[in-house]
Amino acid sequence: MAQYTNYILVCGGTGCRASQSEQIIENLKAAVDQYGLEDTQVIRTGCFGFCEKGPVVKMIPDNTFYVQVQPSDADEIVREHLVKGRKVERLLYVNPETHELVPDSKHIGFYKKQLRIALRNCGFINPENIDEYIARDGYVALGKALVEMTPEEVIKEIMDSGLRGRGGGGFPTGLKWQITRKVQAPQKYVVCNADEGDPGAFMDRSILEGDPHSIVEAMAINGYCTGASKGLVYIRAEYPLAVERLKIAIRQAKEYGLLGENIFGTDFSFDIEIRYGAGAFVCGEETALIHSMEGLRGEATVKPPFPSEHGYKGCPTNVNNVETYANIPVILLRGAKWFSSIGTEKSKGTKVFALAGKVNNVGLIEVPMGTTLREVIFGIGGGIKDGKKFKAVQTGGPSGGCLTEKHLDLPIDYDNLLSAGSMMGSGGMIVMDEDDCMVAMAKFYLDFTVEESCGKCAPCRIGNKRLHEILQKITSGNGTEDDLTRLRNLATVIKDTALCGLGQTSPNPVLSTMDNFYDEYLAHVREHRCPSHQCRELTQYFINPEKCKGCTLCARVCPVHAITGDRKIPHIIDPQSCIRCGTCMEKCKFGAIYVH
Amino acid sequence: MNKVKTLDDLKKMRESLRASLDLREKSNTPDQLVQIKVSMATCGIAAGAKEIMSYFIEVLNRENIDALVTQTGCMGYCYAEPTIEIKLPGKEPLVFGYVDKTKVEEIINKYIRQGILVDGIIPVTYTAVKPE
Repeated sequence: MAQYTNYILVCGGTGCRASQSEQIIENLKAAVDQYGLEDTQVIRTGCFGFCEKGPVVKMIPDNTFYVQVQPSDADEIVREHLVKGRKVERLLYVNPETHELVPDSKHIGFYKKQLRIALRNCGFINPENIDEYIARDGYVALGKALVEMTPEEVIKEIMDSGLRGRGGGGFPTGLKWQITRKVQAPQKYVVCNADEGDPGAFMDRSILEGDPHSIVEAMAINGYCTGASKGLVYIRAEYPLAVERLKIAIRQAKEYGLLGENIFGTDFSFDIEIRYGAGAFVCGEETALIHSMEGLRGEATVKPPFPSEHGYKGCPTNVNNVETYANIPVILLRGAKWFSSIGTEKSKGTKVFALAGKVNNVGLIEVPMGTTLREVIFGIGGGIKDGKKFKAVQTGGPSGGCLTEKHLDLPIDYDNLLSAGSMMGSGGMIVMDEDDCMVAMAKFYLDFTVEESCGKCAPCRIGNKRLHEILQKITSGNGTEDDLTRLRNLATVIKDTALCGLGQTSPNPVLSTMDNFYDEYLAHVREHRCPSHQCRELTQYFINPEKCKGCTLCARVCPVHAITGDRKIPHIIDPQSCIRCGTCMEKCKFGAIYVH
Repeated sequence: MNKVKTLDDLKKMRESLRASLDLREKSNTPDQLVQIKVSMATCGIAAGAKEIMSYFIEVLNRENIDALVTQTGCMGYCYAEPTIEIKLPGKEPLVFGYVDKTKVEEIINKYIRQGILVDGIIPVTYTAVKPE
């Protein structure tokens, strides 16, 4: 049996592979053979997430971390590090602040960039086993609050921590609790908003699926602070696994006496029930959410009165988002001071982002507030797919805006994103590359809002529909420059006059793409051209007669028979019947078909 | 089921639960209690994590390896699902991505049996807040 004592790990992530990490692996293997090191094995790993310094090579067991390794360095690494036992200093990572060499991967600041607070137990414990949650300090925060602290003290701790609502608005959580607490009423409610609706965002689902007890615990703490004896989780029915695990968690907590009558022997009693939503985007808005729970139509109503005064069944109701709740137990255990030491001046703690789109490492990440977009997209995200060029990133979903290259070094927090014309939202981050058309992107989000508008107020119901029609006109090549003015005016009016958050923010994708990519809009209306070749009506497919071999494949795959030509003679596409589906271009083996 | 009546009850319970977790982690008998966690959020399951979990159990039974296979939530490496974490007694946990049936066999035969690393390791890129 072969026994290895030394390992060389080489990053096989997309970014490093593009910089010849495969060749490095081969050269390392050859060098290991050459020096007869039978106890050493070369391993290809997934992405280290340190792509800006790639390719990276890590030596085990001593954790030495080599960066920007070239295939020609392989021999030296094996000879020096393994044979002679000396580190190759010129390949070590240099700390950019102190300019010192960092020999050990554990001391590289990059790996401190992702800090999991809300996701602390996700991927670590078995979510269906309360014992594992308790072994990780579960329910100790609730016990501490009930036994050792007054509700005011708990609220003060949350206020001091600087925690703000993670659902998107960023309202200070402690303040919300205090307002609900101050209202006198015989019955109050606390609600967990698990109606995650942003396209591409799935952090709330992941928390409920990976760590449901943290929500149960935090809701009970919230109940204690606000004086509510009843908690309701409003969750979309299309999250069956999250619902299932939440149900198990509630049942187990009841069995252990951590929910129910006289918790921890105190006179505090608390119970949680689940309410199902049908998956309407507007029901993430708290007044609409409450109406939906009451069995009414999911429509927003004017605030004030705020739910903290007049909420579910007319009772004071405190609504918080899943991720907000997930932070609460840690804050009580670690203290407000610890929590507020993380993040920026006005945004404390961490934020979970769902990284999606044209990025290599699609995934769920959690970073301290103040991390830059560049660190997220090019560091943790591993850069843009297929080596393409970064164009923009959409944050805040259909309510947010796009951020461009000039925003890459912007520290992410609530206020910076707002002033850059976007918003935090629930944390969806959709990365776009050079092939994405920004006008079409704005139209995509408008599709969504038009579909999801509850229809109660005219600006949102009619205005968004009109916005969508103008965008449709532009992307089909019939737009004029006047349309751009109308687009901007209408967008501004909707923003100022819509009733709830959905309508007030729905024109954001239009406005921010107009601000950042006005030239693309101009190309659509002036030249009737889509620079990214995404708008079908504005593109035309051609066959390059010099490259076409007349193999007839394109003619056979064309669904509308728009391609004609004889064998071994260059084919022709009839632009009148072509539906621009792109199938021919995909199938052509000679790269003879191009789009213009 | 004993109810938790006081905060001390809970803390005592936590200590004993921690001790039992610890016992598993510090076990020095390498052929005992290998711990395998399968990332099973909706996304992992959609990528085939359930099949991988049952296949792990099947092969481990067949090969007579004493191991603990559990499910857990999303580890965040959505691009590399299904992902699993393996903790051999006395060693740091390792995460493997893109696990299919062939990979399961390879992991069991090489890493779990002989401690030899195999391709496809996902380096952990975050630190999680740990208990007090």
